[in-house]
Amino acid sequence: MAPQDQAASQTANGFTAEEFEVEAPSPREVMRRRAKRHFGLIIGGSVVSITIVCAVFAPLIAPFDPFEQDLTRRLINPVWGEGGTWAHPLGTDGFGRDLLSRLIFGARISLTIGFFAASIAAVVGSIIGMIGGYFGGRVDAVVMYLINCKLALPPILVALSVVSVFGGTIPVLIAVLAALFWDRYAVVTRSVTQQIRNQDFIAAAQAAGCSKSRIILSEVLPNLTNQIIVIASLEMAVAILVEAVLSFFGLGVQPPTPSWGLMVSEGRDFMFFKPYLITIPGLAIFILVIAINMMGDGVRDITAPEGRN
Amino acid sequence: MAQFLLQRLTISLLVAVTVSIIGFSLLRLSGDLAAELAGEDATAEEIAQVAKSYGLDRPFHIQYLDWVGKALQGDLGRSLFTNEPVLELITTRLPVTVQLATYSLILALLVALPLGVLAAMKQNTWIDRLALSIAVFGQAIPSFWFALLMILFFGVILRWLPISGTDTWRHFIMPTITLSTFAMPQFMRLTRTGMLDVLESDFIRTARAKGLSPMIVLWKHALRNAVLPVVSLAAVAFGFLIGGSFIVESIFAVNGVGFLALESIIRQDFPVVQSIVVFISFVYIVLTLLSDLINAQLDPRIRLN
Repeated sequence: MAPQDQAASQTANGFTAEEFEVEAPSPREVMRRRAKRHFGLIIGGSVVSITIVCAVFAPLIAPFDPFEQDLTRRLINPVWGEGGTWAHPLGTDGFGRDLLSRLIFGARISLTIGFFAASIAAVVGSIIGMIGGYFGGRVDAVVMYLINCKLALPPILVALSVVSVFGGTIPVLIAVLAALFWDRYAVVTRSVTQQIRNQDFIAAAQAAGCSKSRIILSEVLPNLTNQIIVIASLEMAVAILVEAVLSFFGLGVQPPTPSWGLMVSEGRDFMFFKPYLITIPGLAIFILVIAINMMGDGVRDITAPEGRN
Repeated sequence: MAQFLLQRLTISLLVAVTVSIIGFSLLRLSGDLAAELAGEDATAEEIAQVAKSYGLDRPFHIQYLDWVGKALQGDLGRSLFTNEPVLELITTRLPVTVQLATYSLILALLVALPLGVLAAMKQNTWIDRLALSIAVFGQAIPSFWFALLMILFFGVILRWLPISGTDTWRHFIMPTITLSTFAMPQFMRLTRTGMLDVLESDFIRTARAKGLSPMIVLWKHALRNAVLPVVSLAAVAFGFLIGGSFIVESIFAVNGVGFLALESIIRQDFPVVQSIVVFISFVYIVLTLLSDLINAQLDPRIRLN
């Protein structure tokens, strides 16, 4: 808030009121203009939107039942390969299941786990970070200690161990991934909170007698939302990757559920003569993760204060 | 400096204790471990027998303290699967993991440093965009998939490289490349931003204004300052590489600690799993402490704060 006010007053010094209107469009308008020119944001956003549509309307879009096995139609090549047919554009797997349908249903798994894990981690991590940054002193020391403990544990190994104990159901996966990836939110919100803690609007709220939780939630938090959204998108990408790793090693989503990581793992037995069984689902993970990253970078760029890159 | 050292040591020690508790409790959360060990058809008596022989009937904190006490004397217990001492299992498999992590770290730095510097010097040109794209690429590619693609391409189609084992240096090429893509993007971004910050700073402007050649400004003034944070990240990243090497190790059949961890997790071999998790955490804690100390040594602002 404060930097924008400063910028506005500087601009106002040299201009009349009418010119001021022209020179300083609203922050929202600036964002909209930047978004329209941001190549990465447009591409990334489109890919993510298409994936979301596929996930939501999977039963309507998918040409086949993703679970239906047909052993007479095993390992049919994709349409561009030898013996490929338009009935199965991406071919079929070792059980004769339609790969395209499994891919479309697999988007549900990746997006659900990625979204909820990143959101829960965002809430937990941001609260921890804001508390540490706002109160400082001993409270902050405890927060730093928690962050250090979290960083010391090898995340994927711990995730594998916990999932191997509790089973690879979707709620367990979401909980484990959220528990392992809250630290980046905490680190960033903590340091930004430290920076704004001593600013006038916080002092004003304190003088007005606002409670501490109210100051944190309605004075500090609004200044952090952009950063949190950016981290959440990057962490969602990480969560999707880790889910794929867990499922690839047989400890994540359990068969026959179509998860992209699990599909790569199932395709491994055939990879030397049917490489499409691993290249296609892997490519799906790769493209979705890149798109989410591009979107996150785009959001960061369009919400950054003027002059930043 | 003494105060700073003491403070950092205390925190590290606290973190180490906490992490060891977490590591120890990891596989005991599952409920009745004794029942699992005794097998499916075991009677209540047999389960009680197993619980007693493994010391599982005692309170949790006693079990933990017992484990710590023995661990400090070098006894990490025995594998439930092979009955070998866990310490021996880890130490025989550690060298190859360290070797792989070292190669990967070197490769990542060799790619990231020049690319980051170049990207910063040519900011907002196609070189910069290419470098950032490579970073996004490296971050987004699932490493298990990348490894399989390399096996397909270099191992099966071109037949250039062996696809599993660690017999010769050629066996290390694909695992090293896969593992280094994990660390490279961070190094690249950090070098780039560090370099951009330094290039904007006053002392560089002064150096340029007094007419030093751009090469001297770059090498003698800018690079040295820009690379500092990368050095401390490298220490931390080494810990991450050891912790993350299990993916690469299992795909390329590298018989290291990571592979051992994965096998043990799948077999529910809890003495091995908890020892490896705690061991990797300790490696990370020591490396972080070292990098903090190096930083403090190099930058007085940190230790005096």
